[in-house]
This record gives sequence, structure tokens and C-alpha cells, in this order.
Amino acid sequence: MKNPPLNWFKLTFILLGATLVLFIAWPLLRTILATAPGVLWQTLLDAEVRHAILLTGYASMIATALAFVTGVPLAYLLARSEFPGKRLVSGLINLPIVVPHSAAGIALLMVFGKYGPLGKLLSHAGLKFVSATPGIVIAMLFVSLSFLVNAAREGFEAVNPHLERVARTLGASPWSAFWRISFPLAWRGILSGLMLMWARGLSEFGAVVILAYHPMVSPVLIYERFESYGLQYARPVATLMILICLLIFSLLQLTASAKEARR
Amino acid sequence: MSSVQLHHLQIDLGEFHLRRVDLEVRAGEYFIILGPTGAGKTVLLETIAGLHRPRAGRVLLDGQDVTRRPPERRRVGFVYQDYALFPHLTVAENIAFGLKLRGAAPDELRARVDKIGAQLGITHLFHRRPGTLSGGEQQRAALARALIVEPRLLLMDEPLSALDPETRESIQREIHRLHRQLRTTTIHVTHDFEEAVALGERIAVMHEGRIVQTGTPEEIFRKPASEFVARFVGMRNLFRGTVHRDPHGDTQLHVGDVAINVVTELHGEVHGSIRPEDVVLLHGEIHSSARNVFGGRIVDISDRGPIAYVTVRLHAAARAPLDIVSLITHRSLVDMQLQEGKEIALAFKASAVHVF
Repeated sequence: MKNPPLNWFKLTFILLGATLVLFIAWPLLRTILATAPGVLWQTLLDAEVRHAILLTGYASMIATALAFVTGVPLAYLLARSEFPGKRLVSGLINLPIVVPHSAAGIALLMVFGKYGPLGKLLSHAGLKFVSATPGIVIAMLFVSLSFLVNAAREGFEAVNPHLERVARTLGASPWSAFWRISFPLAWRGILSGLMLMWARGLSEFGAVVILAYHPMVSPVLIYERFESYGLQYARPVATLMILICLLIFSLLQLTASAKEARR
Repeated sequence: MSSVQLHHLQIDLGEFHLRRVDLEVRAGEYFIILGPTGAGKTVLLETIAGLHRPRAGRVLLDGQDVTRRPPERRRVGFVYQDYALFPHLTVAENIAFGLKLRGAAPDELRARVDKIGAQLGITHLFHRRPGTLSGGEQQRAALARALIVEPRLLLMDEPLSALDPETRESIQREIHRLHRQLRTTTIHVTHDFEEAVALGERIAVMHEGRIVQTGTPEEIFRKPASEFVARFVGMRNLFRGTVHRDPHGDTQLHVGDVAINVVTELHGEVHGSIRPEDVVLLHGEIHSSARNVFGGRIVDISDRGPIAYVTVRLHAAARAPLDIVSLITHRSLVDMQLQEGKEIALAFKASAVHVF
């Protein structure tokens, strides 16, 4: 029984793919291993670090919530309705992905900044965006909303339109049909969009730093420590953030597969 | 039960264009819309249900203009070809959906779901999810869901097209039985004319976005209004009769006074049809395996160049005339010296008679 000939095609692809995987894994691994557990613990105890991490999580959560309330209806319209300018709207939703994030930050300042129309208006209500948490929230919202809207849209598109129509003939109002049929069936897609958007918000730097250097979110903290004190001082925070992201990622994967198994 | 009227209906949706659809369905009637797939039949049904707004024209239920009324207030039931059962609900929850929306009390809900489940023989499936059901089971569940809310009009979009032949027959009988029992005004859309003839009291043939002929099944087949209808319908010999089985095991279809030997498992009132190509014309007797031999008189010859259609009126049909059309070559027409009024015999096999 001769050995089957080597599959050169597959081998080439494996080598190319492995290069990329190595490219991600090596730097992350080195960073994690370079920091002693003791140092890691000290970093966690550092109030400034803890504060940054919690602020990042909190701000991204608010941004995600805002995107949920406005983005899910938009996603539904994009999935179901035809209207003039639909392609324009669709393109606009994807624009934040390609716009440089610092440029996005500048753009947001034009509206929400101290002299911008909304910035001025809302300052009367006590809402400040520059160098304040609300600014962080809108920066995160701007750059990562595409993930939620696209995921939700795909979720709705995957729902058979016949289902909503039958529900209507059975006596359901458009609201009822949405809540009882469309939304539950699209939920998996929407949920993954929510998780993706929140995770993406945690890592935002460019837009946030323009609107609010302070209070510092984790990416900004790492940057500041690197600029001010160098690699040695910045690395522990970076390691901590990487580990936290790994943890979140694993939890998300677990939730996704648990839901998959239950179906 | 409602009557339905479509008045000068014009629908433009994507690539579907229906122009000047005029239709009238009587209360309690089983009405078929027959047409090739993709002729816009689904869009028409959805418009009647209120799921699309027509470009022009009116939809009337019981004489009331409901064109502007949303679907949830029309009380029109809908069964899609893909059944459209809600995948995240059990079969029982699917069926109960409409009643639950109306705020029915749990006891009444339970009772009515059980009742219709028993009527359609799906009680054993109540706790299952639609994804685990067979086509026939899904179809029954979809019917139960639509009928439980007692709609005044039931719309069915190719309900049998996705089923295998055996299931198709049983569901067809089910639908027929339900209609006889409930007398729900029904508009059923299909491309299968056999289905149309078996279930429909009246049929409307649709072609390129318009209704081209309306009438009883017999009218459509006897007197097709156009080449399209005739070709679409395909059969030229269609009759109704009763199946008789004699002690020897021979099966016959009695059409008036004529007894035709057939092969079938069905019984009672049925339809029979024979393709003209299967009918052989002959002078005098020959011994063959064809079980059906009848004498008659030629009443019509339609010479179509290389082929000809010869219509023979059977002598055996005393009370009501029974004509059989035979398709022969032009050569045979000449060789046999056939002409109108001539006495002739025809023969066809028992197995050539299609009983449905």
C-alpha cells in the first residue's frame, strides 16, 4: 500500500495561513510571558489602571445600548423595506469603518464640541462631551456601530418574510409581528452584533483620544505610559488588557457555542 | 363566509405586473386560480390578503371595500407553499398564535387547539418544532393555524406543490373534506390542472398577468378560450364518472351509459382523461390487448398538417354525448379515408385512462 502523494496545494495553504497565525500569536504570547504574575497583580491594584478598565467597559456598554435602540430599527428597515436613497444609507452605515478614527473624532467635535451646534445646546442641560465620558461614548458609538447594524441586518434578512406576513393575516399588528416573530428569530444575529460592538468599543483609541484624552480609557492609558515612561512601564497594562480581552473572547465563544448546542 | 370581488386590480411589484384583474368568488366557493409558475399568482393572493397595496383597483369582501384595510383586520387566512410555520414555536403554539393574539382564555384556547388538532390528525405533533416535521405534517399544521381563527376567506398558495405524490393525494382529500365541512370561501392557486379540476368548483386561468378565462373545470377543458389555455390544460379527453368494481376484479369507470375499463385504486366519483395520442382508430374488430373498444361516428376532423385530431362520438353514450378525440398522422387520415359522418371504431388500453 503506497503512501498517498503529498497534497502540495493544501501544504502551501497551511504554510501561508500558519504565517499569519504566528504573526498574531507570537507578539501576544511574548507580551503575556514577559510580565511576571506579581507585576500583573500590582498593576491590577493600581487605581488608575482599574479605573481605566472599568470606564472603558462602562462607556462601551452605553454606546452599545444607544446603538441597539437606534440601530436595530434601522437594520430592520434595511432588511425589509425599499426606499429611495437606501443604498446611500447602507453605504453611510459602513463609512465609519473606512474613515480614519482620528478624523472621525474631529468630525464629531464639529457637532458635539464646545462650539458645535449640539455641544452648545446640550451644555445648557449640563451635558459635556469634550474631555468627558459622554465624549468617549459617542466616539465609541461612531466607530463601531457598523458592526451592530450589519449583524442585525443579516439577522433580519435571514428571517423568512413569509413568517411576518402570515402573522399579520392571523391578526398581528406590525408591532406584534416584529416583537413576536422577527425579533426573536433575529436575536442570535443581533446578540452577536451587540457583543462584537461592545468588544470593539473597548479597544477604540483614535476617535476617543480626540474627544477625550481624559478621563483615560485603557488604550489611552497604555499610550500615555508608553510615551511618558517607556515600554517597561506600559507593558504590564498592555498584558492586562490582552488577558482581559482573551477572557471576554473566550466567554463570547462559549456563549455562542452554548446557544448553538441548545438549538 | 365571505364573497370576494376583485375590481380592475392592477399590481406592480418588482418584476410582477398584473393588469386589470377582475374576479368574483361566491361565498363558500372553492375557487382555483390556475397558471404557470411565476405568473404573479402569489402576489395576487398577497394583495387580496392586504400584504401589498395595489397600484389601482379594489378588493371587496362581502361587498365591503377593504383595499385600504391592513391584513390584521381582514380575517383572511393564508397558507404559503413553504408552510411558513414559526420555527421558534411548537406546533401547538403555532396553531394557537392567532387565538392568543385575540386574547382568548387559556381553557378555550386549549380546547379549540385540541379540536382542530384532532380534525387534522396532528395532536401527536403538538410538542414538536416545525423543523422536525415532514412536508405533509407541516401542511396540516399550517392549515390548522389558518382555520382555527375561522377566517372568512382562505388563501392557499400552491399548497400541494412541494409534496410527494402520495402525501399530495392525502392532503388533497383532507382539503376537500375540510371544505365540505366548513364551507370556507377558498382561493387556491396552482399550476397543476389536475389539482385544479379535483378541488375547484370554478377555475380562473391566468396568463402573463391577466385572467384569460373563468369557468367550471368542464368549461375550461371543453371550450378553452385560447391556444394558451388549451395547451396549458393539455388534456382533450376529460370526463367525470363513477368507479365500479365487479366481482371478477375488473374496474370500470361509468360515464353516463358508457363503461370504460380502467386501472385505478380510487373509488366513488372521479375524473378520467385519455391522451388523444393513446386513442387508436380502427375499421372493424381486431384482437389486441386493448380492453376498451367502442364504435362511434366521426363528428369532427381537425387537420393540422402532419397530424390531425379526429373527434368520435360514441354510440354507447345514449343519454349524454361522449366524444373522444384521437390524434393520428395525416397519412392515416388519408389512408383510412376518414371524413365527418363516417362510422369508425376506436380503442385504447385500460391503463391509458388517467383516473384522478
